[in-house]
Amino acid sequence: MTELLRLDNVACIRGDRLLFEGLSLALGRGDALWLRGPNGAGKSSLIRLAAGLLRPAFGTVERRERVALIDEASALDAELPLRRALDFWARVDTVDGHAVDRAMDEMALTPLAEVPVAMLSTGQRKRAAMVRVIASGAPIWLLDEPANGMDEAAQARLVAAIAKHRANGGALLLASHFALGIPDLAELDMGTLA
Amino acid sequence: MTALIALFWRDLRRAWGSGALWLPVLFFLLVATAFPFAVGPDAPLLRRAGGGMVWVAALLAALLPIDRLVRPDKDAGVLDQLAVRGFADEVIAAMKIGAHAIGFGLPLLIALLPVSALLAQDAARVETLAIGIAIAVPALASLVVLSAALTANHKGGSAIGGLLVLPLAVPLLIFGAGMLDPSGRGAVKLLAASSLLLTVIGPFAAGAALRGLRE
Repeated sequence: MTELLRLDNVACIRGDRLLFEGLSLALGRGDALWLRGPNGAGKSSLIRLAAGLLRPAFGTVERRERVALIDEASALDAELPLRRALDFWARVDTVDGHAVDRAMDEMALTPLAEVPVAMLSTGQRKRAAMVRVIASGAPIWLLDEPANGMDEAAQARLVAAIAKHRANGGALLLASHFALGIPDLAELDMGTLA
Repeated sequence: MTALIALFWRDLRRAWGSGALWLPVLFFLLVATAFPFAVGPDAPLLRRAGGGMVWVAALLAALLPIDRLVRPDKDAGVLDQLAVRGFADEVIAAMKIGAHAIGFGLPLLIALLPVSALLAQDAARVETLAIGIAIAVPALASLVVLSAALTANHKGGSAIGGLLVLPLAVPLLIFGAGMLDPSGRGAVKLLAASSLLLTVIGPFAAGAALRGLRE
């Protein structure tokens, strides 16, 4: 099986604190790994390491495919209508508008297309961020608390989108306090690493 | 390429959106209006000092949007999302510099006409000023984006940003204003040389500063 993402003997230092060391993991097509653990255990830092936004203090991080990331910031221009804000990322990802249409439909955001991003609620913004992830077509998904503020219906849509992504040969690294009911999910307890 | 055009347009749209287009222009006009009141309505004096005043006002007008260039993008996670997609920080910086150069440079050159009239500049001097400012705009944009990136992690960064820009912009001021002096014939070449240097260094320095924001 081809590996999409591989972390080898990685250590992460934030400030003066060693968050974890000797961490290795590999994600192949269809794999999903759930990072769990208490606040400050390094879940988000591990996501950022995998995304290449942080450099590991030790070890190597290898990404063999494109990456899509959700973190605490939505990265959507607040003054724009939702659809135009998402279209910007579609152009950056060089995917066509239909991909955005389909992804907005998957996240049930089509009725909100003309609403300015600034007027959206936390959960709606998370759904919008998911639209960007889905539309990007990137095989590696790095989702940091993607369900924050989402209601049950939205969580179900998120789980469905993840299942579809894995069925298409995508991989998922999920940092969350809840398993979200995703089937066939590997676990890594970050609390035991420190 | 589509992606780069999208980046550039986004920065330009944000520079001109919600009335921000008129901010440097208004500021520029404000200085030119206030100056004759402070100095007095002596036309020869205004003509002599006005050219230098235009340069000072242009420099300060370039500084105005300094806190809107990088910090909002950093806070909104836009810079992270671009980094994840593998964009080089230098490329992101270059797009920001280009968009800022056009974003404030173009309106500034248009506002130069009424400003010159207020400061009793004749046609020949207006032409010299326009050429000089057009040459200096990319360098000013480089400096401003660089200091915006350097100060994006600090509250009140715009004040520090201004202090960072000023010493590096002094050559532009000297040679730009020097072009107005009848004996300063080499000034335009020196202005072009210093502008070229700053414009070339700008994206790399600002790119390094953007990279530093992630650590």
